[in-house]
Amino acid sequence: MTSAARAADGAAPGERTVLVVPGMHCAGCMAKVERGLADLPGVSAARVNLTARQVTVTHAAEVTTPVLVDALGALGFPAQPRAEELAPPPSAVKPLLAPLGVAGFAAMNVMLLSVSIWSGAGGATRELFHWLSALIGIPAIVYSGWVFFTSAWGALRHGRTNMDVPISIGVTLATGLSLYETVTGGATAWFDGTLMLLLFLLAGRALDAAMRDKARAGVDALLRQAAPGALVLGRDGSVEWIAAPQLVPGMVMRVAAGERLAADGEIVAGRSRLDNSLLTGESAAVAVAAGDAVHAGTLNLDGSLDVRVTAAGQGTTLAEIAKLMDASGQARSKYVRIADRASRLYAPAVHTLAALSFAGWMIADAGLHQSLVIAIAVLIITCPCALGLAVPVAQVVACGALMKRGIMVKDGSALERLAGVDRALLDKTGTLTLGRPVPDPAVLDRLGAEAAGVALALASHSRHPLSRALVEALAQRGVSAAEVTDVAEEPGQGVRGTWAGKAVALRRPNEAGGMATALDIAGSPAWLIPFADRLRPETEAALADLGRLGIGASILSGDNAAAVGEVARVTGLTAQASASPADKRDAIARLQAAGHTVLMAGDGLNDGPALAAANASIAPGTASDVGRQAADLVFLGDSLDALPRAIRAARRTMAVVRQNFALAIGYNVLAVPLAMAGKVTPLIAAAAMSLSSLIVIANSLRLVRAAN
Amino acid sequence: MTGLALLIPIALFMGLIGLAAFFWALRTGQFEDIEGAAARILIDEEGDALPEEQP
Repeated sequence: MTSAARAADGAAPGERTVLVVPGMHCAGCMAKVERGLADLPGVSAARVNLTARQVTVTHAAEVTTPVLVDALGALGFPAQPRAEELAPPPSAVKPLLAPLGVAGFAAMNVMLLSVSIWSGAGGATRELFHWLSALIGIPAIVYSGWVFFTSAWGALRHGRTNMDVPISIGVTLATGLSLYETVTGGATAWFDGTLMLLLFLLAGRALDAAMRDKARAGVDALLRQAAPGALVLGRDGSVEWIAAPQLVPGMVMRVAAGERLAADGEIVAGRSRLDNSLLTGESAAVAVAAGDAVHAGTLNLDGSLDVRVTAAGQGTTLAEIAKLMDASGQARSKYVRIADRASRLYAPAVHTLAALSFAGWMIADAGLHQSLVIAIAVLIITCPCALGLAVPVAQVVACGALMKRGIMVKDGSALERLAGVDRALLDKTGTLTLGRPVPDPAVLDRLGAEAAGVALALASHSRHPLSRALVEALAQRGVSAAEVTDVAEEPGQGVRGTWAGKAVALRRPNEAGGMATALDIAGSPAWLIPFADRLRPETEAALADLGRLGIGASILSGDNAAAVGEVARVTGLTAQASASPADKRDAIARLQAAGHTVLMAGDGLNDGPALAAANASIAPGTASDVGRQAADLVFLGDSLDALPRAIRAARRTMAVVRQNFALAIGYNVLAVPLAMAGKVTPLIAAAAMSLSSLIVIANSLRLVRAAN
Repeated sequence: MTGLALLIPIALFMGLIGLAAFFWALRTGQFEDIEGAAARILIDEEGDALPEEQP
């Protein structure tokens, strides 16, 4: 680890590039990536961060990003340069670690001193121990309580209140009273209880933040879809790779088959077909030729294209969608988390109780000091220790269970919002369907073992999307590649070669219409392999499951009516077709106005505003960057089963959260009368606080199986 | 009482060393990649050395 720190801090020669490598998941992968990159000429160091699925490469200036990406590709790890604007946000857990460490250290040492006081230490020893506790406790309380103080002050300044307000008031008063007791040589100081309170609360908060960091790192590692750059043609015919933010209108980019466009533009040369499904939801490929306008984010399917950039970065169609999204997040920003809702009721109640006990004991002539001690004991006893753990621990456990099932929760309040959902809107292309072409299984069945082997061998030489889909499908069937020699790829036409002395080819079919590829084997008739986007596995079961959960589902798609009608017929859902991004957002607004809580499931750029507008949203891992960023939850894997699973887990979590609240309040009902009667000692407070926290944690751990 | 005068400073000092070590670990970025740190020990170093140890 020290060498890593030195490598990161030292003035290493040359440039540093960060690549996202989503495929790394073990020590072997780390070693392969680090050694493979370090062996390249011009590369001085490579260091993997497995949590973020990234590798930082220090290299000479002449080593370009595509060289590194290709090297990783050759090792079997698809990689992408990290897009700067999508760089992982600063970690939420790191600022909490230092306060947590300090609170832990101070709580343990002060507790050690307190135990001897509780066991009967008196006189000079007690005073010494109180002073020592104050010396350790006060700086520690200021340092580790700072998180709560700033948050409470921020809320109060805006005329609101949150859980941190009663915590801050309780902590401050208890510390003040303990200091007074210490100075005047009193019998009881509360430093131990106060520090333990901070320790428990910080632990809950750090757990919550750690889980969210982990989920976000996972989502960031998936950044793959947007083209983060393009090969740009120079005037002298040279070709240079330029990152997306540096593209300016007027440049000519060369887009190979299988690449995504990095900017809006106009085709100068070449003809091809484009897949617009991420942008518009339209499933059919669009044929384009010189003179046509094309948009960033579309996938080039067939031939190589030269595109003159007309708009880049903020000027693209994407920027328009981003504007719509900014205006759509109201339902979500208006949502108040359950813990804050609880504290709105809780804080005034607690403060009233403390004030009442103070007034009561004053009336009963107990004296100012005695009344104050009792009022503060009430505040400490009711300090929302278990309440502060009630929500985060339950959510952390549930998120962990969901993550094991490939569902990542990006936002802390997402599970709360998801639990209340009673209506689901589903995008078609890429959400209900896989969003990628899959070869017709009936035709693959009829292909003989030999023909299939030839097809696999030929397809594996091409980066064309249809070839890749064919390779994946054939490999899944356990087909092994035939020995094909003299393989040559002709862009836009296909791959040809020789097998057992016969000329073979995998090529674009003669007749137009639909997505298909033709397999020629000299001496036998050509095979036509049609491709189609298919429904996700287990779609029917998942939709039926949603129905059982009381959630009505319907399709909301940007695709044309015929394609949507087909899917609607198969799934038995009602559908709205040809919806623009604004239409989708409006459809959600209408449902919300009718009193529904809406879940949006979508993947495309065109779903972005709808994902932001819905009360909760979920996107598949294959979704566009915009889709993944706007969604609260991201599910990996193909199965649509993730939807009912996530909703069920969210509902279970909320049930446990409510039980936790009941437990925490039940504890208060028992402890507060004792405190008001003046019977609570620091020992009782410490014991009660730990016990209630442990009970809440134990109850939350039942959620380990929430996602089953 | 004399025992205490000796033992309490020792206890506090040892606690402080632990706290200082924790802060040092935080500062030097050892919590940056917890998953990687756990996996790194399994990397087989036979043959060539780790990349960052090469000149």
